[in-house]
Amino acid sequence: MAEIRVDSVRKTFGKVKAVWDVDLTVHDQEFVVLLGPSGCGKTTLLRCIAGLERVDQGRVFIGQQDMTDLPPKRRQIAMVFQSYAVFPHLTVFENVAFGLRMQRKPKDEVEKRVQSAAELLHIEELLERYPAQLSGGQRQRVAVARAIAVESLVLLMDEPLSNLDALLRLEMRAELKRLLREIEATTLYVTHDQVEALSLGDRIAVMEGGQILQYDTPLNVYDKPANLFIGGFIGNPPMNFLDGEVRTEDGRVMVRTGGGDIYPPAEAGAMLSQLKDRSVLVGIRAENIETLPAPAEDALQATVLVVEPLGSHNLITMQLGPERIKVNTDADFQAQPGQALWLRLTADKIRWIDKASGRALHYD
Amino acid sequence: MKRKRTVLSSRLIGRGLVYLAAILIALWILIPIYLIAMAALSPRDVIYDWPKPLFPQAISVETMQFFLNSYQVLPSLRNSVIVALLALVVSLVIGAPAGYGLARYVFRGQDVFRVAILSTRAFPIVILSIPLGVIFRQWGMYDSLISVALLHVAMALPTTILVTSSVFMGVSKELEEAATVFGCNRVQAFMRVALPLALPGLAASAIFTFVLSWNEVFAATILTLFNRTLPALMIVQLDAAPVAFRFAGGFFILIPAIVFMFFIRRYLFSLWGITLK
Repeated sequence: MAEIRVDSVRKTFGKVKAVWDVDLTVHDQEFVVLLGPSGCGKTTLLRCIAGLERVDQGRVFIGQQDMTDLPPKRRQIAMVFQSYAVFPHLTVFENVAFGLRMQRKPKDEVEKRVQSAAELLHIEELLERYPAQLSGGQRQRVAVARAIAVESLVLLMDEPLSNLDALLRLEMRAELKRLLREIEATTLYVTHDQVEALSLGDRIAVMEGGQILQYDTPLNVYDKPANLFIGGFIGNPPMNFLDGEVRTEDGRVMVRTGGGDIYPPAEAGAMLSQLKDRSVLVGIRAENIETLPAPAEDALQATVLVVEPLGSHNLITMQLGPERIKVNTDADFQAQPGQALWLRLTADKIRWIDKASGRALHYD
Repeated sequence: MKRKRTVLSSRLIGRGLVYLAAILIALWILIPIYLIAMAALSPRDVIYDWPKPLFPQAISVETMQFFLNSYQVLPSLRNSVIVALLALVVSLVIGAPAGYGLARYVFRGQDVFRVAILSTRAFPIVILSIPLGVIFRQWGMYDSLISVALLHVAMALPTTILVTSSVFMGVSKELEEAATVFGCNRVQAFMRVALPLALPGLAASAIFTFVLSWNEVFAATILTLFNRTLPALMIVQLDAAPVAFRFAGGFFILIPAIVFMFFIRRYLFSLWGITLK
């Protein structure tokens, strides 16, 4: 296994900048997810690393070796395709053995490695069948088995679960995570599904417009989005963003938002008081808002619009001043539309965002 | 209620008319084939019977035997097979790569190129064969099977290219990419993945060329003198030949075309965008 390093790679299609000056390092045995909406360039970046696209500029290293000008077969990679790309004219056995046969491995080694890959993916029973006789989920397993059988330096996966139905996807997700940990693969995984990204990745690279906006652990990407776009793209419901105005009274920094005042923690306050135009976006996740039935200090008054019981918790949409806000409460929390409630934003969970640039203001 | 019934009945009538038209067209094609086949398989004296019996009275190979033993029939049959095989191989060797290129690569002027391929069919064989006859004579290729085969290649190439391109389009690009990732170069990926998957379609296109060459009369007649292909021989002898010879010859030339139709139906339909259920 080895690390992947992408060095200021550019790829354009005509006038479209699919990938623009991207740097990315995936450490040995790390599982990195490329996450972004469709058309953000994540698949193009993966294909550049695989050698299926030629980069316009920049370098691609796999395991310290410069692979930029090498064809896919010499990059020592394995890949799982979105459509699975299982060869229809070959049996499952021959599909899994394909890479090994191309490497001219001796017969008993091919046999052994196909067997162990098949066991890992629970497809031992299917080895003699043709892909047309398999279900979508089984074909998916064949594609993964084929990729791990070659024991390549790195494993590339292009939305491997997106063609499965919801239940199967959930099952495969957990199984992939177990499997990839077991074989200690360096993996780069492309998806547009944020839940998949959060649950699988050691780190997530969020892409948009051909660039990587944030590259961090799932928790940090979720809790501390680098900008407005990421906060809105990741998480269900998306992060709430409230207009805020910074004031200083008696030396204390406060932010006026949703018809009330909130008091940022000291460091954030110091940073906010430096702002020139004094306007800021208050980013807060639905679960970081405390719902109170009665007025309290530094709680903002809101009116209930919609209550959605989701089993494990309730999702309540409320009118807060001129804005709407989504709040999670316990499943047994009772509320009626029209009812007034008081919201307390957990101050140290707030993400302060510069209104003009949409970028998060860093203070840690 | 009444309205519903009229809508229903007019739909039924419409359907009936479609079926009627289909049956008429089918009969228009099938009746002559049936009569030819019956005559070819009847004893020679029955052919002259009138009124014609609707069903064969006695099946015999006598007429067919007479045809096959006639002067020059067997050598020209051999010529026909050689020409058709040559045309098949050459048109596939040139046409399949062109079709693959059209299917896999996006390039400037692609649509113009597609139309340009078809436009070669805009020249009637008549216009092509006579100047070609002159040129072949100058080059010392006149009255050779190769020159006939080359002209047949020219006729078959547009369809070969377009059919093979649609066949290769049916083979997912990701499959070939997967092959390159797992250790193939471009040529190996083509040979190990694209080609086996395209093979049935390529075979259909090859059979199409074979039958086209097998049936082609005009160019073969113009470009040969002694080395006739079977249709060229027939067209020259038809006036002088007895009726039994004509029926037997017609039937003999017909068989490959009918057999071929059953083979390539599916591929022609997929080319035309119709799917057979």
